[in-house]
Amino acid sequence: MKCQCQSEAAVVEAPVNKGSSTTWIMTTLIGIALWFVLYSQLVPFSEWIVSLLPIEKGTHLAEAVTFFFYDTPKVLMLLTLVVFVMGVIRSFFSPERTRALLAGKNEGLGNIAAACLGIVTPFCSCSAVPLFIGFVSAGVPLGVTFSFLIAAPMVNEIALGLLFGLLGWKVAAAYLFFGLGIAIVAGWVIGRFHLEGWLEDWVRNARAGAVALPSEKLTFVDRIKEGLVAVREIVGKVWPWMIAGIAAGAFIHGYAPAELLASIMGKDTWWSVPAAVVVGIPMYSNAAGIIPVVEALLGKGAALGTVLSFMMAVIALSLPEAIILRKVLTLRLIAVYFGVVGSGILAVGYLFNAFFS
Amino acid sequence: MKIQILGTGCPKCKALSEAAEHAAKDLGIAYEIEKVTDIEKIMSFGVMMTPALVVDGDVKVVGKIPAADELKKILSSESK
Repeated sequence: MKCQCQSEAAVVEAPVNKGSSTTWIMTTLIGIALWFVLYSQLVPFSEWIVSLLPIEKGTHLAEAVTFFFYDTPKVLMLLTLVVFVMGVIRSFFSPERTRALLAGKNEGLGNIAAACLGIVTPFCSCSAVPLFIGFVSAGVPLGVTFSFLIAAPMVNEIALGLLFGLLGWKVAAAYLFFGLGIAIVAGWVIGRFHLEGWLEDWVRNARAGAVALPSEKLTFVDRIKEGLVAVREIVGKVWPWMIAGIAAGAFIHGYAPAELLASIMGKDTWWSVPAAVVVGIPMYSNAAGIIPVVEALLGKGAALGTVLSFMMAVIALSLPEAIILRKVLTLRLIAVYFGVVGSGILAVGYLFNAFFS
Repeated sequence: MKIQILGTGCPKCKALSEAAEHAAKDLGIAYEIEKVTDIEKIMSFGVMMTPALVVDGDVKVVGKIPAADELKKILSSESK
């Protein structure tokens, strides 16, 4: 639950008549078509840029620089498309609606629904606490609430889009499947413990307030605009992380000795998965920054499971998050949360290393 | 009128309170602004997303920062 505050897009208000809405849709379609044309031309473009640089081919520096110039436009373009599409999708969901869908749901099916909704419901980490209380006080079971709160950062839509673009659909599908799996199982396990008594007292007594806000009827054009606002807000915020991540990836690509990395992060090293998780927890980055690093590590022979564990630990488990949650959960419940999610991430790492070889 | 900004202190909450003050000044409305940062108090309004804008006890905006003219519309309709 990093503070990306994404998709709390301000609704751009404009009375839309028929004519301008056609224009909007056409422009969007043309924009998407242009995106694909541009994207297909990226490799020759990057090659051309690199050939202009006065760097000798085959050196460490050349390797690193090439990686940087290939990845920067690629990641930036993928990021923009993913954020736009998610912005549009998210305009169909709201926390209020999700809560209404989940209230009174049984565990089991409720955990599955909650995990899926966790991916598409817009909320920002600053809202994690009020959201948590709002769910629990409205009768959403604690375990189901946790499935929601775990899925949201665990299956990060930016990570998903970038994995798909850079590493192929198999890796992206595996990430989606196992991320959801962890959220569902971890939420269910936490629910089995019946830990309601471990909430801070005032949370249990909070009244299930529901504000009747004037419901907004969004047109299709409004949704496109929400997508654009999301692009402006999120891409505007994460690009420094992205550049830093690509630079780190470029350094690994150019300079890190493959034998060393393979021996540390390779699939034959049993301790590499827990080590990756332990190293990942205190690290703070968002998905846009971590994926280029993942890409470079994989290129150097690191095992997929180990790298995925590392990535999930960086994105989903973090100390700032624990501090936010401390307001509503007792320390014991936070320990359970970290323990359950951490074990899930470990399991994913080992499973992947065992099956993908 | 009484404007309350609900939020635990994230950058968006600050931005919303600045935008609200700006809008109120532009409209020339007499107002007092209060930042509600205590999570228990925030929850007592029943909101699930922050920042939220409360005018004279009514929750008007949740989880986003409205555009300047939208904010003015909200504030001016309340002041009548």
